[in-house]
Amino acid sequence: MTSLTAPPMDLAPRLASTAIDDFAMPTGREEAWRFAPVDRLAGLLEPDGGSAAVVADPGPFISVVDFDPEDAGHWRPTDRGAVVAWAGARSAVQVRVPAETLVDEPIVVRLQAQGPRAHAHVDVRIGAHSRATVVVLNEGGSDVSGALVTEIGDGADLTMLSVIDGPRENVQMWHWPARVGRDARFTGSTITLGGSVVRNLPSVTYAGPGGAATLLGAFLADAGQYLEHRILVTHDQPHCTSSVVYKGALSGAGTHTVWVGDVVVRREAVATDTYEMNRNLLLDDGARADSVPNLELETGDVVSAGHASATGRFDDEQLFYLQARGIPEAVARQLVVRGFFVDVLSRVGSSQWRSIVLSRIADRLGMDPDFELDLEAAE
Amino acid sequence: MSTLAINDLHASVLTDGGPREILRGVTLTVTSGSTHAVMGPNGSGKSTLAYVIAGHPKYVVTAGTITLDGVDVLAMTVDERARAGLFLAMQYPVEIPGVSVSNFLRTSATAARGEAPKLRTWMKEMKDAMGVLQMDPAFAERNVNEGFSGGEKKRHEILQLSLLKPKIAILDETDSGLDVDALRVVSEGFNAFREETGAGTLLITHYTRILRYIHPDYVHVFVDGRIVESGGPELASVLESEGYERFVGNAPVAS
Repeated sequence: MTSLTAPPMDLAPRLASTAIDDFAMPTGREEAWRFAPVDRLAGLLEPDGGSAAVVADPGPFISVVDFDPEDAGHWRPTDRGAVVAWAGARSAVQVRVPAETLVDEPIVVRLQAQGPRAHAHVDVRIGAHSRATVVVLNEGGSDVSGALVTEIGDGADLTMLSVIDGPRENVQMWHWPARVGRDARFTGSTITLGGSVVRNLPSVTYAGPGGAATLLGAFLADAGQYLEHRILVTHDQPHCTSSVVYKGALSGAGTHTVWVGDVVVRREAVATDTYEMNRNLLLDDGARADSVPNLELETGDVVSAGHASATGRFDDEQLFYLQARGIPEAVARQLVVRGFFVDVLSRVGSSQWRSIVLSRIADRLGMDPDFELDLEAAE
Repeated sequence: MSTLAINDLHASVLTDGGPREILRGVTLTVTSGSTHAVMGPNGSGKSTLAYVIAGHPKYVVTAGTITLDGVDVLAMTVDERARAGLFLAMQYPVEIPGVSVSNFLRTSATAARGEAPKLRTWMKEMKDAMGVLQMDPAFAERNVNEGFSGGEKKRHEILQLSLLKPKIAILDETDSGLDVDALRVVSEGFNAFREETGAGTLLITHYTRILRYIHPDYVHVFVDGRIVESGGPELASVLESEGYERFVGNAPVAS
C-alpha cells in the first residue's frame, strides 16, 4: 500500500494499492460512485478466479506477455474496480516504442477478450523524443475491466485514441492513467459508443516540467446506455498545460451520461495553463446528462485556469434553418449532431482516425454511408 | 410560370400566455417575374408573414390558405415547402457549429435537385456563384453562419438562393445590418438570380433604400397584420417622404 499525499478537500484518490481488501466494495454513496449503477457493475467489482485474459494480435511495437505486477507500468490501482482487474489480469498487452523513433503509421491494438468476463492490462510506453499514434480498439462482446497504463517519455509526442464500440449489452470499466514526461506532448481521446454500462477514468500526471496534455472525448449514448467519464488531471510540476474537451450526445428513455472533470493544481505547479470543458446535447426529453467540472487551485501563480460545462437541448431554430433549405428533418438532425462532434474530432491528431470515428458516429446516427463519405469529400 | 397565392391568411404566435394573433387577413398573389415589396413599421407582422409561408413551427395558421401553383402549402412540412420551390432568405440566419458551408450547400442542393450534384461540377458551380457575390472561396470551409459578419450572413443567404433557384423567393429584411457596399453587392447578386430564373419575389423591408437596387413592380403597405394599401413603385416614394404614420393611424400595433 502507498498512501498518496493529498490536501483534505481534494478529490484525488487517497490510495494506490494492489491489495483488493484495501478498497471496500462501493455502495453507491461514495463521491466517486454516486452516479454509477453499482449493482450492474457488481460482476467486475468482485474478484473471480475464473476471469479470462484480454490479448491482441502481436505486430510492430505490439507484444502480449504474461501479466507481471513487477513490470506493469507507472501506475497502481486507485479504486475497487481497478484492483479487481489488476488481481485478475492474466496477460499484458504491451506497446513499446523505443527512444528517438518516429512512427508514421498508427499502431492499432485490437483488444480481444478470451471469455465473457475478462481483465485487461495494456501498457504503453513511448520512449524519449519519439513520436507515435496508438489506437486501442475495444469492441466489446465481453464484460471487461482494466487499465491503459500510458507513459510518454521526455520530449515525446503521443497521439492516442481509446475506442469503445460494439454491442450494447456489455459492461466496461477502464482506467487510463497517463504520465507525461518533461516537455512531452500527449493527446488522448476517448470515443465511447458501445457498451451498456461504461465507466471510463482517464487521468494525467506529469513526470517533469513543460508537459502538455490534451484530453478529448466524444460519446454517443442511446437506448438506456450509461456512459460515465471521470477525468482527473493532477498538476504537480511547473509550466505544464492541460486541455480537456468532452462532448456527448444522448437520447432515449433511461439513457444517462456522466462527466466529471477534476483538475487539481498543486502548490508547486506554478505557471500552469489549464482549461476543461464538457458539452452535452440532449436529443430528446428521455435522456439525462450530469456534468460536474471541478477545478482546485492550491496556487494562484498560474497562467490560466478555467472550466465550462453546458448541457443543452437540440436547437429547433437550427433544424428550421436546414429544413427551410429543403433538407429533410432526419438528415438535418444527423448534420447537426455530426457537426456537434466535428470540432473535437478534428483535434484527435489523426485525420485517418477522425474519418473512421466520424463514420462510426454517422452509422450510429443512421446516416447513409455514401452521404457521410460525400460530406468528408467536400470538407 | 408559378403563382404563390395567399388568401385571407390569419396566424397566431404561440406564447407562454397562449396564442396571440399577428396576421389578420393577408391576401396577396406573387407570380413569376414579379417583385412585390411589403413594407411596414416594426411590429406590423411582416416578418411573421415570411415565417408562416416558410412554415416556422412557432406560428399557427388559424384561417386562410396559401397555395403554390394550386397546391396547398400549409399541408407541407418545412422541407417540403422548400423543395416545392419556396425560399426564405432569413433576417437572422442561425449558426450551425461543425457544418461547413460547403456541406450545407451541397446537402441543400441534393435535396432540391433530387440527386447529389457531381462533386467536380458542383465545386465549380459553387465557386462561380460565390464569385458573383464577391465571396472568398475559403468561405466554403467555414461553419454555417458561425462568426459571420452581418454582410457575410446576407451574402450567404443570397448564395443559397442562387444555387437552389426557387420559384418564389422571400427576402426578409435582407437589407438590415448591411452597409452601402454590402447592400449593393447583395442586391446585385439577387438581381442576377432574378434575371436568370425569372422567379417571383416577396421583398419584406422596413426601409426604402434596398428598393433603389432591387426595383419592385408592386409595393404593399403592411400594418397591424394586414395589407392596408397597395400600389406601384411610386408608393415607396410616398413612404420614403412621409413615413408610415398616415397608415398606422390609431390602429393598435402588434409588438
